Amino acid sequence: MATNSVPRVRVPAQAKAGETIEIKTLISHDMETGQRKAADGKVIPRQIINKFTAAFNGKTVFEADWFTSISANPYQSFFYKAKETGEFKFTWKDDNGSDYTATAKLTVA
Amino acid sequence: MTSGNRLSSRRSALQLALAAGAALVIGPRLALADAKSVADEIKKLYGDKAATEGKIKLDVPQIAENGLVVPITVEIESPMSATDYVKAVHVFADGNPLPQVVSYRFTPECGKASASTRMRLAQTQNIICIAEMSNGTLHSAKAEVKVTIGGCGG
Repeated sequence: MATNSVPRVRVPAQAKAGETIEIKTLISHDMETGQRKAADGKVIPRQIINKFTAAFNGKTVFEADWFTSISANPYQSFFYKAKETGEFKFTWKDDNGSDYTATAKLTVA
Repeated sequence: MTSGNRLSSRRSALQLALAAGAALVIGPRLALADAKSVADEIKKLYGDKAATEGKIKLDVPQIAENGLVVPITVEIESPMSATDYVKAVHVFADGNPLPQVVSYRFTPECGKASASTRMRLAQTQNIICIAEMSNGTLHSAKAEVKVTIGGCGG
């Protein structure tokens, strides 16, 4: 049922060395809790994104474990202290085993 | 639950009514968590280690009109240096069907131990946040959110 989950991330393109930047992410996803019942009385099975990971140049910098209480189309923001130019890789792990990824470049002046 | 008018006999209607009454006595339709289950979850993570209050800024609305989308920001006071940083933060809601909301793992690279997301709240309840520092100490914070419309179809 999960429709195409499209991740969106907002990372400043440039930052000064030592500057703490805010990264905002959003992904479209139903985050089905497994608590709801369909019209026929059957429980709709749980399907949520259970993990969000942000890595910079291959090193994990921030992780979030999401549970069923996270809203549909989950939003996540966090901070990162810019040091060097590189690339972020964001990964969302779905209960069904699939991964959604996004990348963003950061230039440190 | 089946509606009464589909029933074939009065007896089964009566039985159903009794069953419904019993269900009401036992509890609501959704099995909701409580303060104890949050305490159990924290115990699972950290055993009997005591957490001190403070150092955490838990930013949630006092009144949430829509329980489906309640913004939450946690910010922990920390220099976020290589030797002194926030390792993990766990957020719980004591009135949701499952108490866990989110668990964060920070690294010194974050620069600032702060994160925001949006959560579902089934009813008016307490949000409990527990933070683990790199030296192993625990901090906690609690805030109540009044929910006008629940986020779990209720």
